[in-house]
Amino acid sequence: MTLPSATLLAQSALSGLFIGALYGLLGLGLGLSWGLLHLINLAHFAFAFLAAYVCYQLATVGGVDPFLTLAIIVPSFFALGVVVQWLLARFEVSPLNSLLATFGLTAIVEATIQHFWTADFRKLDSAYAQMKFRVGELFVPVPELLTFLLAVGLSLAIWAVMRYTDTGRALRAAAEDGPIAEAFGVNRRAHSLLLAGVCAALAGVAGVCLALSFTLTPAQIYGWVGVVFAAVMLGGLGSALGPLAAGIIIGVSEALAMAVASPSWAPIVSFTLLIAILLLRPGKP
Amino acid sequence: MTHAPKVTRRLAIVAGLSLLAAATAHAQGTQPPIRIGSTLALTGPLAATGLVHKVAGEIYVEQLNKRGGLLGRRVEWVVRDDQSKPDVARTLYEQLVTADKVDLLMGPYATGAILSAMGVAQRYNKVLVHHTFGIPSLAKYDMHFPAWSLGAEPQTTVPNTVADALAAAGKSPKTVAVVTSKFPSVHFMSLGARDVLKKRGINEVLFLEWDFGNLDFGPIAARVKDAKPDFVWVGAIGLEGNQLLEAMHKIDYVPPLHFHMYPAPGPMSKSPYTKNALSMTIFEESPPFTTNPGAAEFIPLYHDRAAKAGIPDNSVETQAAASYTAWQILEAGVRGAGSLDDKAIGAWLKKNRVDTLQGKLRFDGPSNYGDDLMRVKQVQNSRWVIVHPKELAAPGAKLQ
Repeated sequence: MTLPSATLLAQSALSGLFIGALYGLLGLGLGLSWGLLHLINLAHFAFAFLAAYVCYQLATVGGVDPFLTLAIIVPSFFALGVVVQWLLARFEVSPLNSLLATFGLTAIVEATIQHFWTADFRKLDSAYAQMKFRVGELFVPVPELLTFLLAVGLSLAIWAVMRYTDTGRALRAAAEDGPIAEAFGVNRRAHSLLLAGVCAALAGVAGVCLALSFTLTPAQIYGWVGVVFAAVMLGGLGSALGPLAAGIIIGVSEALAMAVASPSWAPIVSFTLLIAILLLRPGKP
Repeated sequence: MTHAPKVTRRLAIVAGLSLLAAATAHAQGTQPPIRIGSTLALTGPLAATGLVHKVAGEIYVEQLNKRGGLLGRRVEWVVRDDQSKPDVARTLYEQLVTADKVDLLMGPYATGAILSAMGVAQRYNKVLVHHTFGIPSLAKYDMHFPAWSLGAEPQTTVPNTVADALAAAGKSPKTVAVVTSKFPSVHFMSLGARDVLKKRGINEVLFLEWDFGNLDFGPIAARVKDAKPDFVWVGAIGLEGNQLLEAMHKIDYVPPLHFHMYPAPGPMSKSPYTKNALSMTIFEESPPFTTNPGAAEFIPLYHDRAAKAGIPDNSVETQAAASYTAWQILEAGVRGAGSLDDKAIGAWLKKNRVDTLQGKLRFDGPSNYGDDLMRVKQVQNSRWVIVHPKELAAPGAKLQ
């Protein structure tokens, strides 16, 4: 067996970094919802794909720049998230039941996508797809780089809000002990609606990134669930930076496994890593 | 005076034909329809292709009824959604036979669902004609009839056809990278290709496998680039070939020659990164295929209906052709047997050749498979053209 070249390893690691950032971006809203709202929102993936299709439609038919579609997608998905949260709260859905309810919602969104765009493949052909630049021996694709920057920027922004603002403190307090937080004047209902809106808007941003780099089919919604769940669990529920860090660890380790051994080893490596870290990390109960 | 007998004769012929048509219509109207049951992947991961089969089947049944149906009776197609799940397909075929009591069965789409349907058909001794079954060695039932003419041992014949095509074009490779999905009906073809290409003296410089559903093709592209092969055999299904070529584009690499086992035909031909991609087909919209039975009527109808159904690429190729062929086989079997008796239909099909959209098919070989009629096609100017064998190549097309 010959050793892989340094360029091969570096290019593979870069590829893993970029896909890992997308895992992190998809995991950001999912983890916040799970950790702070106690809502395991499987529909987060469906929202991301719905946003990807909306981006595709606006860019392909309307001729809008894919990134400008965020101006429509972010507020409309925020509203969608608020409505879904209002419904779940209205019917007092428990965390476990939220898994079932949002799975059902996922199926409805998938069927809606299929109704409007059929089950066939849809590819967004944008000017960004052709853009890349070279750093030494390495090639850097622009859409993936923009996804990475968005993932890092949004994760840091959410982290700062959670840490330094009253809203962030209120959200964390409500997640820790809702009744006590309410006794101190925290409006749980309003904060939960706000957070759910933000999580759905984050799914919308991730959807635009998906549309930029991937060919879309409705059934692909489920292809991302396993690895993004792993990133969220590894990164910590409710954490802003955790899913990004974990996503990058998973993405890079998978990519290096593909470069050094075999692509079919990639999931084994990443999920073994997940189990090992969950077992060995400090503070484990 | 001299014209009178001619006029009388013509009137008599017209009257006779009208009576015959009226009698046929009456017979069709009074007898219950022949019900043909099947499932298709109308939702789930295989729905994109399932829709192709639905459109093709609807056109065929419509045409068949316009021609008077089968055995003087109208034909009704009872189609259920198996959700791309073989276990659901099995349950639905059971229902079609036992509860719906359909007269005949038609196969579902995709190898897993076909295997499920085959088990049910075997239990009830029903003929099963199917469209696109990918692993012939798994088809053990003696009354299954494949519409996809890939021969009994495609894992040997297909790679040999590809290697012959490259040799005929003066592009025989010295080295090959075999990279493949572990999707069952693709994987065994890639393993067969490894053996065949090795026997033909082509040095394998890279062999990689990935799990179906892989999301990151960057490292695979980087490894292929690093291996510098003359030829890349891509054992891909659906979008995987596109994803690999896009990943190659991102690192500024274009493989010299590249073959893709089962690509999504529309995206592969339209992508800016898939120039000169090679693949296999049983039918393309070019002579001599367009003169085959049914082609002239089917192609324009399919273009129209597929566009209305929202299928972005509405050209007739392997999937639509295999689907249409399956209906041609079933119709030929019923007409040949002169009844709806499954054993009689099966016996007739085994003894006779059927004229179809993809050529003459026979079912007297191992596992009811006949000849491998797969031809090599290539993406040229954003469309697929057949480039091998020479006598079937599209006008002016050569392997590039």
